[in-house]
Amino acid sequence: MTAVIEVHNLTKRYKTKNALDNVSLSIEGGAIYGLLGRNGAGKTTLMSILTAQNFESSGTVKVFGEHPYENAPVLSRICFVRESQKYPDDATPRHAFKAASLFFKNWNQEFAEQLIADFQLPMKQTIKKLSRGQLSAVGVIIGLASRAEITFFDEPYLGLDAVARQIFYDRLLDDYAEFPRTIILSSHLIDEVSNLIEHVVVIDDGQILVNEDTDSLRDRAVTVVGDAAAVDAWAGGREVLHSESLGRVRSVTVLGALSADERAEVTASGLDLAPVSLQQLIVRLTQKAGATNSAENQEVR
Amino acid sequence: MIEEGKALFLQIAEQIEDQILDRSLEEEAKAPSTNELAAFYRINPATAAKGVAMLTDKGVLYKRRGIGMFIATGAREALLTERRAVFADRYIDPLLAEARALGLGADDLAALLRERAAAASTTIEGNPA
Repeated sequence: MTAVIEVHNLTKRYKTKNALDNVSLSIEGGAIYGLLGRNGAGKTTLMSILTAQNFESSGTVKVFGEHPYENAPVLSRICFVRESQKYPDDATPRHAFKAASLFFKNWNQEFAEQLIADFQLPMKQTIKKLSRGQLSAVGVIIGLASRAEITFFDEPYLGLDAVARQIFYDRLLDDYAEFPRTIILSSHLIDEVSNLIEHVVVIDDGQILVNEDTDSLRDRAVTVVGDAAAVDAWAGGREVLHSESLGRVRSVTVLGALSADERAEVTASGLDLAPVSLQQLIVRLTQKAGATNSAENQEVR
Repeated sequence: MIEEGKALFLQIAEQIEDQILDRSLEEEAKAPSTNELAAFYRINPATAAKGVAMLTDKGVLYKRRGIGMFIATGAREALLTERRAVFADRYIDPLLAEARALGLGADDLAALLRERAAAASTTIEGNPA
């Protein structure tokens, strides 16, 4: 198989809680992936295990066909940009980039210099004294300029303002177009990254909730708005993700793409159709999974 | 420019079609590359490539090996035929639905249409006859 990452029945147990619960996942590579999910869903745990910075409790993990732990040939092809990377107290950004340039064989110094200018990063201050946004910029620059075969960005934007985030997204797209590779981007800002990512993996409560092409997710759900009785009649028998009312008007989000005929039917019966953004869809799917889980738990009790 | 709830590659294909229809892209001219589209619309290059592939399958674009994608001769005519076929569904039906809700009949609409069309042509010519 050509998959760059293969994970089977991966479980990570912390004392009483399973951070990852029997996760199986195969990542083909050569694309930008979005790894999405709520805080504590297991995103960072998964990425840490894939980069040998943490260990699995059970299951198999393969990166480039091998287990990554203490595996220099594999690790030299991976770059993991952590949300809160620690650096030695007296290290400056220049030290960090020098170290990265020695480790990553595809490191491009020219690109790094351009990014340093783009992010207006002070090079002589110690990293300890940088602002939160500047610290994030150090990680982003290492992640981009290393041009590793697999690059993980774990919420790389903390403290970066809207302008700096746009610089990151633009440089990522430009460079990815020129040097295609595997990018795994973990983010809460789903609306901001939804057009960049080709494939979406949603983790919820230690399990994979969604693993699909972004395009096929995009028209997966639709919101229908109108007179409550008419909306209910239409939504009957469909999988309802969310419903809310304002007086006699009801808005219902249902799962399942509509055919052109079904759309025409909805409009003809005086109801309005509204698109559902990727962010809304993921929020609704996650809420629904949460509601189902807690219902099951209550039954057990 | 990019809207929600619709496959991105379809939207990219439609935007290129729009440019062919309004002649900002002439037949036999070079079409934007997938990387140019990706950078302009800030989308994944693979998605842009999917939109371009769709137009190639339709015969709107064709490939010149080693140079890039070009607008096919006859593409504009074919797109006009295709768009005219769905014009009534896309624009007239919603118009009729809204008119019905407001108590406007087909005759009222026809009168309104003529009135607005006359006003528009005077503005464009800038010289009321």
